[in-house]
Amino acid sequence: MADKAALSGDLQPSRRWIPWALMVPGLVWLLVFFVIPMVSLGKLSLEHGGFSNYQHAFSDYRELIPRTFAYAIIATGICIVLGYPLAYVIAMRGGKRKNLLLALVVLPFFTTYLIRAISWRILLGDRGPVTRVLHNLHLIGQDTSIVGTAPAVIGALSYNFLPFMVLPIYVSLEKIDRKLLEAGPDLYASGWRTFRKVTLPLSLPGLFAGSLLTFIPASGDFINVEFVGSDAQRMIGNVVANNFVKEQFRPGLSALSFVLMALILIGVLLYARLLGTEELI
Amino acid sequence: MSAQRRWVSRLLDGYAGLVLVFLFIPIGLMVVFSFNQPRGQRNYEWNKFSLNAWKDPFKYPELKRAFLKSLEVGGLVTLLAGVLGTLMALALVKYRFRGKGFVDTLIVLPLTMPEVVMGFSLLTLFVNLKWTTGFWTIVIAHVMFCVSYVATTVKARIRGFDWRLEEAAADLGAGPIRTFARVTFPIIAPGVFAAALLTFALSLDDFTITYFNSGRVRTFPVEVFTQKRSRVPAQINVFGTMILLAATTIAVTGVLIERRRQRERV
Repeated sequence: MADKAALSGDLQPSRRWIPWALMVPGLVWLLVFFVIPMVSLGKLSLEHGGFSNYQHAFSDYRELIPRTFAYAIIATGICIVLGYPLAYVIAMRGGKRKNLLLALVVLPFFTTYLIRAISWRILLGDRGPVTRVLHNLHLIGQDTSIVGTAPAVIGALSYNFLPFMVLPIYVSLEKIDRKLLEAGPDLYASGWRTFRKVTLPLSLPGLFAGSLLTFIPASGDFINVEFVGSDAQRMIGNVVANNFVKEQFRPGLSALSFVLMALILIGVLLYARLLGTEELI
Repeated sequence: MSAQRRWVSRLLDGYAGLVLVFLFIPIGLMVVFSFNQPRGQRNYEWNKFSLNAWKDPFKYPELKRAFLKSLEVGGLVTLLAGVLGTLMALALVKYRFRGKGFVDTLIVLPLTMPEVVMGFSLLTLFVNLKWTTGFWTIVIAHVMFCVSYVATTVKARIRGFDWRLEEAAADLGAGPIRTFARVTFPIIAPGVFAAALLTFALSLDDFTITYFNSGRVRTFPVEVFTQKRSRVPAQINVFGTMILLAATTIAVTGVLIERRRQRERV
C-alpha cells in the first residue's frame, strides 16, 4: 500500500483539480449530449397527455413489444449456443493462433452494418442459396419465401451481434487459471463435470456481459427487419425510426422508447439473478 | 487423454470452425456479388459475372459523395473523441479522486443504451435548441458515443504502467512538454492508436444514430439506406469490399508492428 501512495495516485489538496481539468471536456460532452437528451426525451414523453402516453404505448403496441423482446431473447440464446463453444475453443485450444482467430471473428464486422444486411438479403432471397437448398430438400414449398418471416429476422440479428458475445466470453475464459482446470481430472472428475463445476461458473461474468451486449442492441434494432423482414415482424425500433419525422408522433414515440429501456433494465436484472452475477451490476 | 475426450475436443473444434465459416458466408457473398451484373435495380439475385461495378465504382455520384462525407466525419470524430477520451482515461487511470465511480458509470452508460433511443433523444435536444440537423450534429452525435469507447479502450491499455517515470523525467530536468513527448506519449500511444482505429470504424459504420440526426446530409450508410427504396447497385458491394480490404491491411500491419516491437524488446 505504501508503494501505491508513491504513485501519483494520491494528490495533495492543492492539486486535486488536475484530474477534473483533464476530464472536463469529455464530461461536458457526455452531460450535454447524452444525459440532457435523455431528460428531454423523458419530458417529451409526458407532453400532450401525460402518463396516458405510456398507457397508449402498451395498448397500441400490444403485439409489438412482446415480439421485439421475443426476437431479442431468441437471438441472444442463439448467440450463446454459437458463440460460447467458439470462444471456448479459441481460449482453451487456440494456442499460438489465438489472436489470428480473434481477428477472424471481428473482421467480418468491418464491412458496414448496412452492407451486411444487404448480404443477408442476398443469402435469404427467393432465388438465394438458402431458399434453393430448402426447396430442393422439400422442407419448404416451391413458392414459400424466407424473407419476411420471423426466423429470417432472428437469424440476421444473431449474426450481427455474435462477436459481441464471443469476445467477452473469450476474455473471461482466458483469465481462468489453468491449474484449476488440471485439478478437475486429477480429482477424477470427468471432462464434463470439470466444465460444469469449474469452467462454466468462472466464465459467467463474460457470458453475462456478452448477453447484454447482444440483447440490448438486438432489442433496439430496426435494420434487419428493413432488409429481411416485413411489416409482420416490425420491432419497436422500426416504429420509432419510421415515425420520428412527424412531430405529432414524438411524445408517443418517446414513451415507447422509455418502455423499451425499462423492459431492457428489468430483463437485465432478472438475468443477473438467474446467473447469480448480481454483484456485477 | 482418453479416446472419448479426444473425440469431444475434435467435435468442438469442428463446431467452432463451422461457426467461423458462418461468420464469413455473408462477407463472401458481399465480395462475390460485387462482380454481379444485376438484372433489375437491386443487386439481390445472381445474374451474371461482370467487372462493371469495379471498373466504375464511382458511377453514382451520390454514393461517392456520401462515402467522402463519411470519411470526413470519421476523421473529425476520431480527432475529437480521441483527444477527449484519452484525457478522461489518463485522469481515471493515473489519479485517485472522489467522484471516480460516477465518471466510470457515465462512460459506460452510452454503451448499454439502444442506439435508437440515443439517436432519438439527441434529436429531441437539437429540436429544443432549434439547431438544424446536418454535418455538425452528426459529428456531435458520433463524438458522444465514441468518447466512451476511446476512454474504455485507452484505460484498459494503459492500466498498470509505472507513472513514476514521469516524475523521474521531471526530476532529471525535463519540462512538462518534453515529459509528455518523451515519456507519457510513448506509453499511451499504442492504446490511443487502437482506440483511434476503432473510433474511425465505428463512425464510418454508424447508421442508426446518424439517421436521426443527419438532416439533409447523407453519410454512406444513410445514403445506402435511402437508395434502397429505388436501387441497390453492385457498387455498394465494391465499396464494402474495399472497406474490408483496408481494414484487413491495417489489422495485418498492426500485428506485424506489434510483433516487431516485441522482438526488439527481447
